[in-house]
Amino acid sequence: MAGKPFIHPYIPNAAPATKQAMLDELGLSSVEDIYAEIPERLRFKGTLDIPPAILAERDLRRHVQGLLDQNTSCVDFLNFCGAGCWQHHVPSIVDEVINRAEFVSAYCGGDYSDLGKYLTRFEFNSMLGELLDYDAVANPIYDWGDVAGRSFRMARRITGRDKVLVASHMSPMRLMEARTLCQPEAMANSTKIRFYEWDRETGMVDPDDLRAKLDDSFAAVYWESPGYLGTIEANGAEIVKIAHEHGALAIAGVDPITLGVLAPPGALGADIACGDIQGLGMHMHAGGGCSGFIAFKDDDPVFAQECPLELYTVTETATPGQYAVGEALAERTSYGARDQGKDWVGTASGLWTIAAAVYMAVMGPQGFKELGETCIARSHYAAKLLGEIPGVQIKLSPSFFKEFVVDFDGTGKTVAEINKKLLGHQIFGGKDLSAEFPELGQSALYCVTEYYDQADIETLAAAVKEVTA
Amino acid sequence: MSETPHEKVARLAKLRRDGGVLRDYQAPRWDEPFIMEQGAPGERGILVPLAEDDVTAAVGEAASYIPAGMSRAAAPELPEMAQYQVLRHYLRYSQMTLGMDLGSDISEGTCTMKYSPKMHEELIRGHKAADVHPWQDEDTMQGLLEIVYNTGQYLKSISGMDAFTLQPGGGSHAVFTNACVMRRYFEAKGELDQRSEMITTIFSHPCDAATPMVAGFKVITVMPDENGYPDLEAFKAAVSEKTVGCMITNPEDTGIYNPQIDKYVEVLHDAGALAFTDQANANGILGFARARDAGFDACHFNLHKTFSSPHSCEGPATGAYLCTDELAEYLPVPVVTKVGDKYHLDYDRPESIGRVRGFLGNWMGVIRAYAWIRNMGPEGLKEVAEISVLNNNYLDNLLMAVKGVSRPYAEGHRRLDQVRYSLEQLKEDTGVGTEALRDRMVDFGIQSFWMSHHPWVVPEPFTPEPCETYSKDDLDEWAAVIKKGSDEAYADAQFVLDAPHAQPIDQMRRTEAMEDPKEWAFTWRAYKKRILKQK
Repeated sequence: MAGKPFIHPYIPNAAPATKQAMLDELGLSSVEDIYAEIPERLRFKGTLDIPPAILAERDLRRHVQGLLDQNTSCVDFLNFCGAGCWQHHVPSIVDEVINRAEFVSAYCGGDYSDLGKYLTRFEFNSMLGELLDYDAVANPIYDWGDVAGRSFRMARRITGRDKVLVASHMSPMRLMEARTLCQPEAMANSTKIRFYEWDRETGMVDPDDLRAKLDDSFAAVYWESPGYLGTIEANGAEIVKIAHEHGALAIAGVDPITLGVLAPPGALGADIACGDIQGLGMHMHAGGGCSGFIAFKDDDPVFAQECPLELYTVTETATPGQYAVGEALAERTSYGARDQGKDWVGTASGLWTIAAAVYMAVMGPQGFKELGETCIARSHYAAKLLGEIPGVQIKLSPSFFKEFVVDFDGTGKTVAEINKKLLGHQIFGGKDLSAEFPELGQSALYCVTEYYDQADIETLAAAVKEVTA
Repeated sequence: MSETPHEKVARLAKLRRDGGVLRDYQAPRWDEPFIMEQGAPGERGILVPLAEDDVTAAVGEAASYIPAGMSRAAAPELPEMAQYQVLRHYLRYSQMTLGMDLGSDISEGTCTMKYSPKMHEELIRGHKAADVHPWQDEDTMQGLLEIVYNTGQYLKSISGMDAFTLQPGGGSHAVFTNACVMRRYFEAKGELDQRSEMITTIFSHPCDAATPMVAGFKVITVMPDENGYPDLEAFKAAVSEKTVGCMITNPEDTGIYNPQIDKYVEVLHDAGALAFTDQANANGILGFARARDAGFDACHFNLHKTFSSPHSCEGPATGAYLCTDELAEYLPVPVVTKVGDKYHLDYDRPESIGRVRGFLGNWMGVIRAYAWIRNMGPEGLKEVAEISVLNNNYLDNLLMAVKGVSRPYAEGHRRLDQVRYSLEQLKEDTGVGTEALRDRMVDFGIQSFWMSHHPWVVPEPFTPEPCETYSKDDLDEWAAVIKKGSDEAYADAQFVLDAPHAQPIDQMRRTEAMEDPKEWAFTWRAYKKRILKQK
C-alpha cells in the first residue's frame, strides 16, 4: 500500500481534479500559498511520530478490536464493584435511541433545526424533577464530584458565606474533585471545606457533631444518601433542619435510581440536590458513563440566577398549543458573560441525558419501585451469605440500598489479595477501602444490583469462602 | 430533439431548486405531545428482575431496611407507557433533530463538525469497551490503557509537548485543568500570593476567561488591534509580576493566524509567567504548526472536534491536555504510564492538582480518536489540515460575493480553518441580521450557523468552518443558501424575519419565559403549576 496514491473516504476534496479546480478558482498554485500565513520559524518541518496509516476499514477494525479484546469486561466476569459507577441493566431501547445518527452527530444546532434534542432535554429535566421532587433541574455536566463542588460554590454565591460543612465520609474521589473547584484555602475567593463526623458503627452522620460544628458562618451543609459507604442516611430531615437554623443551605448528594423507594431530597426539604445519572441507562464505559446533575426547588429565583449550569424552559410558538424549548437566563453562563459568569459550562454529557430520559420513561413509577426492592433484597442476600463466611463481617447499619461494607480483617488476608484471587474465579470483587478508610481495616465496598441474580450471588459467596479459607 | 423523461426530471428539479443547488426541504413535523402527557395508568415500558422467593425468604421485606421517614411517600409522576410508544416518541424526536449526519454542519464554526466514522461507534458499543468498570484491576484493562497511552503519545507528537492527561470531560474542562495546573505550579513555587492574574483575548473561547476565574484568578482580556490580532502593546502592558500566564487561541475565532504568537509567549516567559494555547480548533494546523514550537508550556485538544469523536448533543466529550516536563508532575491523577510492556494507572504523584473528574475520563472519545489517528497516519493528518484550509478559502471566495456579507480585519491575509463574517451591511440595508438569517437557512435543510461567542466584537457575526469532510458540492450548496437568504432579505425582508417556514415548529413566542421567574418553567411540573394554572 505504501507510496500508492489513494483518496481518503473521509476527505472528498482530496480527489486531484476537484482540488485543482478549487485551487484554480482561488488563483493559487498550491495550499502552501495559504500556509504562507504561518511564518517559517513557526512551521513544523519534521514528520509526526505516528505509525503509518491503517487504511482499510477491515484492517483498522481488526487492529483496534484486537486491543479492546485484551480487556476483561463485566460481561465476561461477574462484577460486584460499584463505588460511584454502577452496573445496572441498560434497556435495549435506550441504546437504540441514543445510537440514532441524528442524536450521535448533533451538536449545538438551533432551536428549530435541533428541536427534538431540546424537547428530549426538557423531558429529561422534567422526569428527573419528578424523581427528585424539584421544579428545577439544570442541564447536567461532567459527574457527581464536579456538581458537588459547583453546588458548594453556588451556595457560597447565594449566601455570601465562604465555608461549607461536609459529612466526612463523603466519597474521597468526589471530595478531590470538589476541592479542585473550591481552590486552595489561601486564595482570596476560596470556598473552605470543613467536616462533621459520622458514626463508625452505623455509617450515619452524627447530628450532634453537626450541631457542634455548624454556626452562622457556613454557606451549606452537605450529605450523601445513600452515602459512599452504602448506607441510607436516616437523618436527612434533621440535617436540613439544623442547616436552616443557621441560615445555611442543605445540599443532598443522591443516586437517583434509589428514588423509587427512598424519600426524595425535595421532600426532605433540601435546598439543592446533586448526584450522578450514570445508573439511569448508561453503560459504565470505565467511568465515562457518568454525568452530574444539579436540581433545586425554584421557589426563590436566586437559585436559578446563581445556578452554574444551563437552564431550559418550556415556551410556546406562534401556533397555539405548540411548544418550544429555550435557554433561560443565558447571559449568566460563561457563554454569556465569560469571566463574569457563574462558573462555566461546556460540552459535557448531552447524550447521557437522552439515555436517562428514555430510561425514566420506560421504567415509570412501578419500574423504579421494583428495581429498588430488588436491589435491597439481593444486596442483603449477598451480605447475609458473605457475613456467614468465617472471618468475614458486614459492617455498618443494615440500612443499605445496593452497597455495603465487608470487613475481611478476621480472615487475615488483605482485600487486595482477595480481589486478585477472585479474578481466578472470574469475579471482580468490591472496592478496596483500606486506603480511603483505614479505620475500617481490610474492608471492601460490595455492590449488588438487579443485574445479578440469586445464582450469581451464591457463586460470589462460594468463591469468597474459598479464597478466604 | 424532444426532451427525454430523465432530462425532464432534471429540468424540473433545477427549477424547483431555484436554478441552483437549493433544496425544496421540509423538516419532519410530528406534532408530538410531551411524554409526560402520554400513556395510561398501569402501562409498563420494561419489566425489571424481581427478587427470588429464596432471597425474599432469607432477608424479608425490602422496606424493613429503609430507615423511618426515609421511604418514598408518593410515587414519582413518571410516564406509564408501553415500550413501543416510548420508542416511537423518541424516534420522532430524533427525526426532529437535524444533526450533523443529515444536515451540513459547515455551519457550526469553532466546532469542527467532521464525519465521525461509523465503525468507531461499533468499537465503543461492544462490551469490551462499554461494560468495563473503572475500578477493575489494571491487568484486566490493558487494551484500554494501551489505547489511551498511545493516543497520548500521538498527541504529544502533534503538539510537541512532553506529557498528557485524557481525564478532562470536554474541551472547557481541559482548559480548566490548565488553570489548575498553573495554579499548582505557582503554589509549589510559593508565588501564588504574588501571581493572581490570567490573561486571555476576546476572540479566545469564553472558557479561557471563565475557567481561570473559577480557579481563583483575576482575568484580564486583551482586545484586538485594527488587524484583528490581540493588541501586542496592550498584551505587554497587561503582563507583570502578578501574571500567572495566558490562555489564548491561535488562530482565534477569526481564523487569522497570528504570525507573532511566539513574541507574546516571550513576553510572558520574561515575566516568569506561563503560556497555554487553547487548541480546540486545531484542524487547520495539524502537522503544520505545533504549540511547543511557538514556545507554549501547555495546550489542549478536543477529541470530539479535531479527532473525529462525535459531538453527541454536547457530550460525552474528551479534553486532551498536554504540557511540558516542567508541568507534568501537576497533572491530575491517575496518569497512564508504561513500564516495560505493561500499562499502569499512576496515583503516586504527590504534587498533582488532584482530580478534575472522577474515575478515568471519557475513554469512548479516546478509542475513537485513536482509531481515527491510526486511520490517517502522519501524512493523512496533514492532508486533513490542507483540505480543510482549502475548503475554507474556497467557501470564503463564494461568500464574499454575497451582497451584505463582509469579513472584518486583516485584509489581504488568508484565513486558515474558519472565518468570522459580518452581516452588518445586510442588517443596515434590510433589517435582516444574523439571527434572522440563521433561522431562515434551516428551511433549506442546512444547520443554523454559529454566530459568535459573546460579546459580539464583530457585529452581526457568523462563523462557518468547512472542514475536510465536506465536498465541493456541499460548499457550493452552503454558499447558495446564504446567497438565497441575502436575496430574500433584499426582496422581502419580512419573509425572512418571519422564519422559519419549513421547520418542526413555528417561530418561538413567549420569550419572557427566558428571563422572568414568573414565566419560566424548567420542568413540566413547574409548567403545570405556574403557567397552565393561569390559563
